[in-house]
Amino acid sequence: MTSHRIKGAGRLTPARKARFTFDGKIYTALEGDTVASALLANGVHLMGRSFKYHRPRGILSAGAEEPNALLDVARDSARCQPNVRASVQEVFDGAIIQSQNRWPFLSFDIGGINNLLSPFFAAGFYYKTFMWPREAWAKLYEPIIRRAAGLGVAPKEEDPDHYANRFAHCDVLVAGAGAAGLTAALSAAETGASVILVDERAEVGGALLFDSGIVIDGKPGYDWAHGVLARLKAMPNVRVLTRTTVFGYYNHNFIGLAERVTDHLPRPNKSLPRERLWQVRAKKVVLATGAIERHMVFANNDRPGIMLASAARMYLNHYGVAVGSKVGVYTAHDSAYEAAFDLKRAGIDVVSIVDCRAKPNEALLSAARVLGIEVLSGYSVVNTSGRLRISSMTVARNGSTNHRKIPVDALLMSGGWTPSVHLFSQSRGKLKFDAENQRFLPNIYAEACVSVGACNGTDEIGALLAEASAAGGGALNLSGESAYAWTGGMIGAAEGAGPDTAVKAFVDFQHDVTAKDIRLAVREGMHSIEHIKRFTTNGMASDQGKLSNMHGLAIAAEMLGKDIPQVGLTTFRAPYTPVTYGTLIAHSRGDLFDPARKTPLHGELVAAGAEFEDVGNWKRAWYFPRRGEDMHAAVNRECKTAREVAGIFDASTLGKIEVVGPDAAKFLNLMYTNAWDNLKPGKCRYGIMTREDGFIYDDGVVGRLAEDRFHVTTTTGGAPRVLHHMEDYLQTEFPDLKVWLTSTTEQWAVIAVQGPKARDIIEPLVEGLDLSNEAFPHMSVAECTVMGVPARLFRVSFTGEIGFEVNVPADYGASVWKAIWERGEALGACLYGTETMHVLRAEKGYIIVGQDTDGTVTPDDAGYGWAVSKKKMDFVGIRGLKRPDLIRSGRKQLVGLLTQDLTEVLEEGGQIVADPNEPKPMTMLGHVTSAYWSENLGRSIAIALVADGRARMGKTVYIPMKDKTIAATVTDMVFFDKEGGRIHG
Amino acid sequence: MAELATRAVPLAGAHGGTASVRLKPASSAHRISLRAGEDAVSTLSTTLGLSLPTQPKTSASSGSRTALWLGPDEWLVIDEGEGGLVEAARSSGAVHSATDVSHRNTAILIEGPGSSDALNGGCPLDLSLKAFPVGSCARTLFGKIEVVLLRTGEQSFRLECWRSFSEYAFGLLREAALDAE
Repeated sequence: MTSHRIKGAGRLTPARKARFTFDGKIYTALEGDTVASALLANGVHLMGRSFKYHRPRGILSAGAEEPNALLDVARDSARCQPNVRASVQEVFDGAIIQSQNRWPFLSFDIGGINNLLSPFFAAGFYYKTFMWPREAWAKLYEPIIRRAAGLGVAPKEEDPDHYANRFAHCDVLVAGAGAAGLTAALSAAETGASVILVDERAEVGGALLFDSGIVIDGKPGYDWAHGVLARLKAMPNVRVLTRTTVFGYYNHNFIGLAERVTDHLPRPNKSLPRERLWQVRAKKVVLATGAIERHMVFANNDRPGIMLASAARMYLNHYGVAVGSKVGVYTAHDSAYEAAFDLKRAGIDVVSIVDCRAKPNEALLSAARVLGIEVLSGYSVVNTSGRLRISSMTVARNGSTNHRKIPVDALLMSGGWTPSVHLFSQSRGKLKFDAENQRFLPNIYAEACVSVGACNGTDEIGALLAEASAAGGGALNLSGESAYAWTGGMIGAAEGAGPDTAVKAFVDFQHDVTAKDIRLAVREGMHSIEHIKRFTTNGMASDQGKLSNMHGLAIAAEMLGKDIPQVGLTTFRAPYTPVTYGTLIAHSRGDLFDPARKTPLHGELVAAGAEFEDVGNWKRAWYFPRRGEDMHAAVNRECKTAREVAGIFDASTLGKIEVVGPDAAKFLNLMYTNAWDNLKPGKCRYGIMTREDGFIYDDGVVGRLAEDRFHVTTTTGGAPRVLHHMEDYLQTEFPDLKVWLTSTTEQWAVIAVQGPKARDIIEPLVEGLDLSNEAFPHMSVAECTVMGVPARLFRVSFTGEIGFEVNVPADYGASVWKAIWERGEALGACLYGTETMHVLRAEKGYIIVGQDTDGTVTPDDAGYGWAVSKKKMDFVGIRGLKRPDLIRSGRKQLVGLLTQDLTEVLEEGGQIVADPNEPKPMTMLGHVTSAYWSENLGRSIAIALVADGRARMGKTVYIPMKDKTIAATVTDMVFFDKEGGRIHG
Repeated sequence: MAELATRAVPLAGAHGGTASVRLKPASSAHRISLRAGEDAVSTLSTTLGLSLPTQPKTSASSGSRTALWLGPDEWLVIDEGEGGLVEAARSSGAVHSATDVSHRNTAILIEGPGSSDALNGGCPLDLSLKAFPVGSCARTLFGKIEVVLLRTGEQSFRLECWRSFSEYAFGLLREAALDAE
């Protein structure tokens, strides 16, 4: 295999080699090579197939803007990533690299037929073709489009790598470490400011990596850059991040960085994250993002071997690689001359510089003459040939039809330079059009941010250094010279792009958008750049039109006969380049995806064989199956045992708020619909809380411990929002009240013991309290001692049985639970979970807020009108409850439903109708909110919201299901122990 | 006399960390959430035996007690000794709310040169000594949870969180510690 490495050229060390495979073939690279430079060094230009037409494509650029050479890079079957830019990915020893979007081979690809069929695939093809028949969408069109869309294939195995996140702060964040960025960073650092300097490449230097013509401070640019880097790295107030992309610029100088930590390492240390997300808050941002060279838009400008002039120069000067042996140049800008000169001086045959300008810079022309390079000024390249690599370019004098075919194996092009204003634009800065130089530049800033250097249109090196130094806040006095002052550039289609509508002159390589597509879009009536973009998909690939946007805009403007600013520029959005999901997720995987909250009793529940369900972030015991029991059997047993003996339940997740202060009762009067000032210390009351609109927000039992101290309980899921709701009102509506709220949910482990034997179970463990019915009746609360620790004991019930809730400080919970269960087990009690809790409360018609109510249910709708005080002058929701719609008749009300077939358990959510034979759409009366099998009653029970429900008592309603219609009778909601005697023992 | 309950602390046996970040669960402590108006600060300070801080993000320590400013009328008072915080507050006679949260909260101690990096794996605060000197405290975020962070030394922190979030906090610290310098 011939090496295209040039002896003495480039900065890589020849002795340090790395081996990798590309499409199964083994190649050798040097350490520091990108995949692109390594393949080019091995003479490989063909690296991929284009998205739509499957045209052979090579490497176009040497940077992040690469639209063509997108590859799949892998270490093993799990560590693989599609759509990796060959110009960005560094080679590592053992890399497995494959081309994409081709079958069966890269050199012979069946999909290439699309290129021949291309007249059928004009812009807007999909919109027009897949319109009808409508039925074909789901089964035919969408699967076909989905299969054809996208390039690489996402890995199927779980990602074995890990990713890190780091928040950071700095005085100055500098994006880009070229001449401008390095200068700004050094200038800022010398003032003592904390600085973060970021560059997406492996090495600092930016354009100095390829531009051999720049001298700064008397040193060649590259050497100067490394001198500055060494100084910066020695300063404690500076952090230099290479291989790191500033991908997002968010509000208030919040900057997202993606650092690629191990992607270049052959055998990364397992402790290292693959990538690290940096979330930086910077007092000031210096944007030194440089400029991106544009391609020329002409016929067949996409063959492998055709690339940006600066890229060829980078491959030569940095990587020591010749991109061809017979090289043509097609340019509208001076910079390509310097590329040609560098190549020629390295011994490469540069056959011709084709300059579409009539009068190029005289200094460049004479330098070309000295080097013996032919310059065809006022000429254009009008076509190219070569199947898998360019073999010739066809040139013609502008306006002439006389063609001359020149054999070449590489063609360098330059349409000039586009300032990289992406981050500035993301920061919501406003751009202005620089008509003279045909470019958009930063104008009005929205953030504490400054642009310097090429991204600000400051091209001359001396001015650039001065601007960057000033931006850093210091005063470096640097001198700089460049070999030539660059002029020129063009945007839009060049001579060779046709008016011919069959010519493929690519504007957007990644999405296969040609000049004729843009013209077609305008002809079809798209006049806004936003519409043209969507119709043609120009700039909508993952490169976001870094190369194509300006060309597309210029072609559209020309067709529309408008100035460019009138046609507008599409908005740049984050991320600047693609960011892996792993990086964005960082630590939030597996156990760290979301906190799993466990109660202090969790270990005991696990040991008792509980199955768990998620309730918010909590893990709650769902049921406790015994050997051979399914859920149904376990729940039936738990329900029976709880009513016949007793059941023990972990209620620790119940929300708890301590309301303390001289105005505590006054505050609760305002927050709940019922009255609290007449509640005596030592007593509890069930309370309903409504929102301002009068709908039920939460409910729970509140115990008064002292005149100025209440123990409020909320639903498990409602705990945080109820506290916020109360705190919100306290701070904004009732700030004069002397009362404070403290969440105590997690202070207490709560063990509910319910059932006829509940008292027998806990009595011996409780000290300092008479638990008799007389001394401690239903709805009492007391502070006492349980097993030697201070406890709060509630006599409350959510089952309709005698019930106690034992609150002990959380660390003692497991120990107390064990003692209670030991006694309970001996007496024949059981442990029960949330499912049994649901069934038992439904048997009693107790509602669950959020299940039986949905934010449109008033206390009266729920049958809890008694809980709304008629005497209070004010509470949250008092006005809402008086709204006409809330007091009208016919509202949906909670009622019980008994199916006429006892064994038929309704489906929660089932719709209810009065007449099952009514033609569709039927009149719906409401829906089933809760439905269970009740083992205690030997039949199914249900709760439902039914229009005018209480007026329908005893009537039959119907629940139409997919395969049958179920008849049910409307009843009240209390199914078990209607007299309610059991609760009092 | 019934048998006495025994105590089981959160994060029992949890371990992790690296040479540059040492992680360990803090011992049990007495804690109150103290709420009071401006007028009660001086009497409460006297009976608690420390001067309640009134500047945002500051704390004050005396003996075994530390008071952390969490808001204009809110402090977290931690006592690593004998306790008696509720009683001490009550003896002030001032209008206040003192609620025992000894078991609600638990704490993790983070020590070593990489401790601020490890915390910055999930905490968005500027933890430089300049912005967050020794004695600083803040109620803030750590990953997806709320925590109270106290800087106890140049290279040491105490992270307080609710007990059910402590496994998450310890797990995230353990992972972030691996990436700390």
